[in-house]
Formats: sequence, structure tokens, C-alpha cells
Amino acid sequence: MSITTLPLLQQLVLVLAAIVLFTSFVLLAQARLVSAIHAFAWQGALTAAATAVVAVAGHEPHLYFSAALTFLLKALLIPWMLHRLVARLALDRHVDLLRHPALVVMAAVALVIFSYWLVLPMVRLELAFTRNIVAISLAVVLIGLLMMVFRQQAVAQVLGFMSMENGLFLAAVSATGGMPLVVELGVAFDVLVAMVLFGVFFFQIRDSIDTLDVDRLNRLTESLEDER
Amino acid sequence: MNATAWLLAIAQALLYVALAPLLVGWVRKVKARLQNRRGPPLLQAYRDLYKLFGKETRVAHTASPLFRAAPYVVFIATWLAAMAIPLLAVDLPTAAIADIIVVVGLLALARFFLALAGMDVGTAFGGMGASREMLIAALAEPAMLMAVFTLAMTAHSTNLSSVVDAHLAAGLVLRPSYLFALGALLLVALAETGRIPVDNPATHLELTMVHEAMILEYSGRHLALMEWAAQIKLLLYGVLIVNVFLPWGIARELLPADLGLGFAAVVVKLLLLGAVLAVGETVLAKMRLFRVPAFLNLALLLALLGLLGHVILEVGA
Repeated sequence: MSITTLPLLQQLVLVLAAIVLFTSFVLLAQARLVSAIHAFAWQGALTAAATAVVAVAGHEPHLYFSAALTFLLKALLIPWMLHRLVARLALDRHVDLLRHPALVVMAAVALVIFSYWLVLPMVRLELAFTRNIVAISLAVVLIGLLMMVFRQQAVAQVLGFMSMENGLFLAAVSATGGMPLVVELGVAFDVLVAMVLFGVFFFQIRDSIDTLDVDRLNRLTESLEDER
Repeated sequence: MNATAWLLAIAQALLYVALAPLLVGWVRKVKARLQNRRGPPLLQAYRDLYKLFGKETRVAHTASPLFRAAPYVVFIATWLAAMAIPLLAVDLPTAAIADIIVVVGLLALARFFLALAGMDVGTAFGGMGASREMLIAALAEPAMLMAVFTLAMTAHSTNLSSVVDAHLAAGLVLRPSYLFALGALLLVALAETGRIPVDNPATHLELTMVHEAMILEYSGRHLALMEWAAQIKLLLYGVLIVNVFLPWGIARELLPADLGLGFAAVVVKLLLLGAVLAVGETVLAKMRLFRVPAFLNLALLLALLGLLGHVILEVGA
């Protein structure tokens, strides 16, 4: 089944999924926190758009609700909360450079290839037109994980975590036509609570070590020569 | 039939040379209007070339024969590269001779001689410009090849004519790989033609210039040929982008009506692309040279994602 045989709406889903993957790369390599939050908001909006188009193309009306929920939560509410947090922590102009940006991005490309290889046996099962997206969403999850490993800044790590959730959601929509409504509401609520807790933790971390660079948390001693 | 095709191919090649200054004039005009200036007339680029051809050609004492030969090599290599890109019609004999890899190779040849000529006289500016040009080229070329391979994988051919033909035959298909390849090619084109985020085409005598630094020692007809080659290169990239990604309107039969439509379509598309370029140059600032690798890494990443997107999303099991 090549792309030329698919109807136009289903092609649109593939294009949107590909752009979601691209926003994952943007998130990974973006040094400015505020821009990274914008990229995350775009990723949420694109995930919601992909869900809505799947709903239209596959005639699955319950997905409209998921799309609206995702859009409100991931594209509006959580980015807004992160913006407020960043403003209150006075990190608006914070720049968090990756140590080897080109290497990290190449590692992310390798992860995309790896997730394609993982999904290959599943693709042979001929699920639905969205099955190709499973590889993309797995890659989004893995890149979120990579971001949590390579970023030192707590807010950036939270962005990685949230983008992992985007990837999982995309996988659920593409592989099985969305989760049951109860599960979806539960997950959405969990993400929201996690966001509030992260907000509290940011202040706790900053109060105890005067920075949000979580590498400092690795040190156990409080002697002065270890601090710098 | 064959003779008409060859005649058309030659006419198309001449059209490249004739239209190139017009595109530059159009971009300058739109840019001037955006900056609330009236700007030079549309035909100013032709007048500049005419003026330069009439002037005396001075060559530095330290220049070798290579310095005199370089303008001709650069001009002819760029022109040959342009011939292989379908402007009005697909399936012309010139397009059948050369595929996209040859085009990239010819552009590399032109760049090689440009850089050698920059270093030949031994001035500081020339050497600096040449080293910067090679830095940009070394990063831009892989990205361009990757983007082109994405197109080639879709069409199962590296010949541009077949790529355009396959795209037209498939009708309207939304391909993620084409989207990424378009992004990558746009970034590469900005870098390779020395437009604003990478190099400023309007500046002289600053430490930031790249292309202008290499041709600083040229005058008269040599300078005219160098400038003309740069203008053809801009037109080449413009035609490559509009005709490969938006091929609608290009003539598939060599009939007068189709050719007229093809000409009108490509002119409209190029005018739009030129306006977009002018808007982009107005809103963006030139970046530091050390940021250029990051810019071109983005192009490479887009091209890679295009390739992967093609394999993952478009081929299917």
C-alpha cells in the first residue's frame, strides 16, 4: 500500500505525523526555553490536528473529543502554565545549550531508524492506513526520552517528558483508533497533575540548590570546594 | 521532431541567460518597495552588465592565466548546469543528457574555479572569501544531495525531467518527504546563492562578505561574467524549486500552446518565489558566519527526515 493509493485526508494525517516528528527535533535542539515551550505547544496542536483528521477520515466521532481535549491541554493550558512558571522563575532569557548539538541530533535520527526497524514486523500485519505512524510515534517517545537524558535544565526535561506523552497519544490514536474515554480522561488528568507537581518541584529544587540545573543534584556533599 | 526538440532546448538555454538578470532586478525592486524606497528600474541588472562589458578589463600583476580563465569556466559550467533543469518543457534532449547529480557536479566545478580565482591574486579578502565559500559549500552539498535523493527515490530516477513527469502523473499527492525536501532545498538555495541569512548580496567592503570578497579583484567583462553566472545560479535554484515541487503548467508536449502556457506558468511562479525571497531578506538579519553550520545542519536534518519519511510513511509494506 503506497501513499499514492490513499485518499487525500489519510495522506494529510501522514504529513501531520511527519511534522510532529520534526517538532520533536526542534524541541531537542532548541536552546531558548521560551522557544522550546512554543515548539511544544505546536507539537500539541499538530497532534490534536492529526487526531481530528483521523476522526474525519476513519469516521470515528469519539476521536473529536480526544482532539479537543488534547488541543486544550497540550497546546493551550500546559504551555501557558510553563510560561508562567518560567516567568516567575525569571528564566525568560535562559539559554540551555546542548554540549554536542550535532551528535545529539544524529542520535535522534538513529532512534528514528531504530523505531522503524522495531515496528517493521507490525507493519506487515496490515492494520489500518495509520499503521505507518506507529514508527513515528515511537520515535517521538524515544526522542523525548533522549531529551530528558541530555538536557540539564529541569524545565527542558519536563518538556521532554510531556512530548513523550504526545508520542504515546499519537501511537494510541494511530494503532487502535484511540483509547477508551475513561482512560483518556485519566491520562489527561494525570498529565495536568504532573504539571502542577513539577511546578512545585521547580521551586523546591531552586530553593535547595539555587539553580534548576539538575546535574547539581548528583552531588551528595555540601562542602564548599565541591560546589563550583 | 528531433530537430525541433533540439531547437527548443537551445532556446530554453538562451532563455536562462536572458531571464537571469530580470529575476535579480525583480527581487531588488520588491525589496526596495518593502523598505519604502523606489528602487532601481527592473532592467537595471541588464544595464549594469552592458556597462561592465564596455569597460576596460584590468588584471593584477600577480595574476596567473587561471585568473583570466576562471570567469569563462564559471559562467559556462553554471550555464550547462542550468540547461539540464526543465524550464518550459519536460523531455528536452538537454535534460536527457544530464541528471541532477551532474548538475550538482557542474555547480561544484564552478565553485572550485571561483574559489581558486579568489585565492589567485593573493589578497587577504580573496583568500578569506574562498575559505568561507568552501566551508559553506562543504556543508550545503550533502544536504542538497540528500534532498535530491528523496525526490529521486519517489520518482525512481535521478533525471529531473522524469522526476517532474512522475510528479505530474501522480496528480495531487501530499507527500511528507516532499515537504521536508522543499524545506531543505530552500535553505540550501539561500546558502548557495549567497542570499541574506548567509551572505549579503548588497554589501561591499565589509568583513562579512563571502561571494563579493572572491570577485573583488575582477573588473570589466570578467566581472560581468562572474555577476551573470551568479544571477544564472539564482535562477537555476529558483526554477529547480518551483518546477520540481510545483510542476503544474509545464509543457509535456512540444506544442506552441503548451509551451506558451509553460512559459507563463514558470514566470508567474518565479515572480512569486522572488517576492517571497525579498520578504524573507527584509525580515531576516544576516547571521554570524559561525552560525552558518547550524543553519546548514538544519537543512541536512530536514533532508534526512525527508528520506526517512519516504521510507517509513510512503512506501508501505
